Amino acid sequence: MQMTERKIRVLIGKPGLDGHDRGAKTVASVLRDHGMEVIYTGLHQTPAEIAEAAAQEDVDVVGLSILSGAHMTLFPRVREELVSRGMGEILMVGGGIIPAEDAETLRNDGFARLFGPGTNTDEIAEWIATEMKQRFEEEGDDQ
Amino acid sequence: MTRRSQQVTKADPQKIWNEAMADSRLRESQFTSLSSAEVQPLYGPEDAPGDYDEKLGYPGQYPFTRGVHPSMYRGRLWTMRQFAGFGSAAQTNERFKFLLEHGQTGLSTAFDFPTLMGYDSDDEISLGEVGQVGVAISSLRDMQALFDGIPMGEVSTSMTINGPAPIMLAFYIAAAERQGVDPKILRGTIQNDILKEYQAQHAWLVAPEPALRMISDMIAYCVKHVPRWNTISISGYHIREAGSTAGQELAFTLANGMEYIRRGVAAGLDVDEFAPRLSFFFDSHLDFFEEIAKFRAARRIWAKKLRCEFGAKDPRSWMVRFHTQTAGVSLTAQQPENNIVRTAFEALAAVLGGTQSLHTNSMDETLSLPTEKAVKIALRTQQIIAEETEVCHVADPLGGSYYIESLTDRLEAEAEEYFKEIEERGGVVASIESGFFQSEIHRSALRYQRQLERGEKKVVGINCYREDEAGPTIDLHRIDAKVESEQCQRLIDLRAERDPKAASDALDAIRTAAQDGSNLIERFVTAAHAECTLGEIARVLRAEFGKFQEPKIL
Repeated sequence: MQMTERKIRVLIGKPGLDGHDRGAKTVASVLRDHGMEVIYTGLHQTPAEIAEAAAQEDVDVVGLSILSGAHMTLFPRVREELVSRGMGEILMVGGGIIPAEDAETLRNDGFARLFGPGTNTDEIAEWIATEMKQRFEEEGDDQ
Repeated sequence: MTRRSQQVTKADPQKIWNEAMADSRLRESQFTSLSSAEVQPLYGPEDAPGDYDEKLGYPGQYPFTRGVHPSMYRGRLWTMRQFAGFGSAAQTNERFKFLLEHGQTGLSTAFDFPTLMGYDSDDEISLGEVGQVGVAISSLRDMQALFDGIPMGEVSTSMTINGPAPIMLAFYIAAAERQGVDPKILRGTIQNDILKEYQAQHAWLVAPEPALRMISDMIAYCVKHVPRWNTISISGYHIREAGSTAGQELAFTLANGMEYIRRGVAAGLDVDEFAPRLSFFFDSHLDFFEEIAKFRAARRIWAKKLRCEFGAKDPRSWMVRFHTQTAGVSLTAQQPENNIVRTAFEALAAVLGGTQSLHTNSMDETLSLPTEKAVKIALRTQQIIAEETEVCHVADPLGGSYYIESLTDRLEAEAEEYFKEIEERGGVVASIESGFFQSEIHRSALRYQRQLERGEKKVVGINCYREDEAGPTIDLHRIDAKVESEQCQRLIDLRAERDPKAASDALDAIRTAAQDGSNLIERFVTAAHAECTLGEIARVLRAEFGKFQEPKIL
């Protein structure tokens, strides 16, 4: 019971020079409505800046959004930066204009889910909540 | 709808209709516009009051509600202008030639994000982005390659760039000069609308005040040296795509336009010297009638403002001439072929709204950059409207529709409310710095998303008529990783081959002009000829003017 009361902390990041933030801000607001603590990085962040923010804010989830086509370069870089800070186990998700075959590659590279155009935002929130509940319970079992 | 009761002895048709309406079984629906405005079941004469000459007038006459040309499309069709740009300058040059060969009548350039933000392709921050969403242009050489074999004195070119727009125009002017073309005959448009960048599109170079100073410099320069160039394309498109309503798109765009007018006047120009060279760029979304009304309202508001508030005397200063792009956000990744249909409706709305030029989106743009096949269908959509539908014979064909006139009035009133509020908040720049526009747009985007998820708004393939599918079967257009490495190599070569003294002198001259207030554009043109790169020039400007700090609204 205690575990479900723990608030899920999410960082929504915009890596690279892409200025499209409608999706990122919409998802950030929806996750907040679902009771999560959400930190939005703002635009034009480097992978290192995003990882640093994730470490400082001690988040459980990092969600990245790119609509500029740079996802295959920048998503893995953010992941590397997180790994180098000892945060390789963090739940990572992404969204944007990401072709199916790229999504497949990224899933193999540590991104648990990629949410494309047309995704229901409540489903994103529910999926993260379910995934994190399971993780919190596992953490609880370990202790 | 209430109608004044008529004193008649026989049956009152309106009363009968009201009663019949009240007894009717209605579908489960919100009956609101795409922008969430209430829509009545019927509109009549009392919904569109006012004097015909004052509110509508004739095409080509004040207040231009019915269009900017007396003959409208009987005289000349709109310019079919497909936005294109990807990969290297040479690849985009090929696409330009492909489009010209297939009957396109003007060019429109999309740049990649590093270029839009003022970084060279070999800057560390550009990694992974080079050539992705547009063409990478870091220098005069790239610009020359982009227009290789295209006569710059004959073609009209649109360039969608804002923060570094004055630098990019300098590259264009220099490239034309290298082709032996006098800048005086160059025709085209550079977007150069920095205000909406802070509000919605988010590709800026420096903070608002110095950015506005560069725009004033550019207007002054073009009045003298490039007189046929449209110096700003005041753009609602990105505001709308970021989630605004139709009314917000209209209001924020025109508020920005008026700010540019104030700045030009404050810089000592006569309003009639530069206002005729300002053009507009709007979105055409799926709410057919609301969009048509928006275009009409834009023309009427601007005409009134320029004539009555800014004292412009030249009728060309009063006119909203505009480009339209169909709504990218209305497209779906699911069942992407349906996007052809959406785009066709949006394009028709733009034509019935009297657009001067049009870009139709390709069906595959929610998945990647468009393929040639998809672009061709999008262009053919415009050609079908122009050649087959017979809609082009009549100016403002929906003028006088009670519904359209009522919507036009409503949107005008909504815009006026926003103008007041923006003024109370200290003007456009203060409202950008406080995040007002950004919050308003975000709120509208979120409301729509909620409506979609509750099923109050419908999108075929998203929340109704869904199909289980493995994914799109259409081909994707991908950018080769070689584009980035080859582009970086070209920059290395350029820096090795150019005259280093000429380049550093040109950068020094820019630094001095930034400090002493003299016109920056002629220094940019000199720097372009000296083969300074975009990133080098932008670095000087960032150092002198400071970066923009995005206000936090979340």
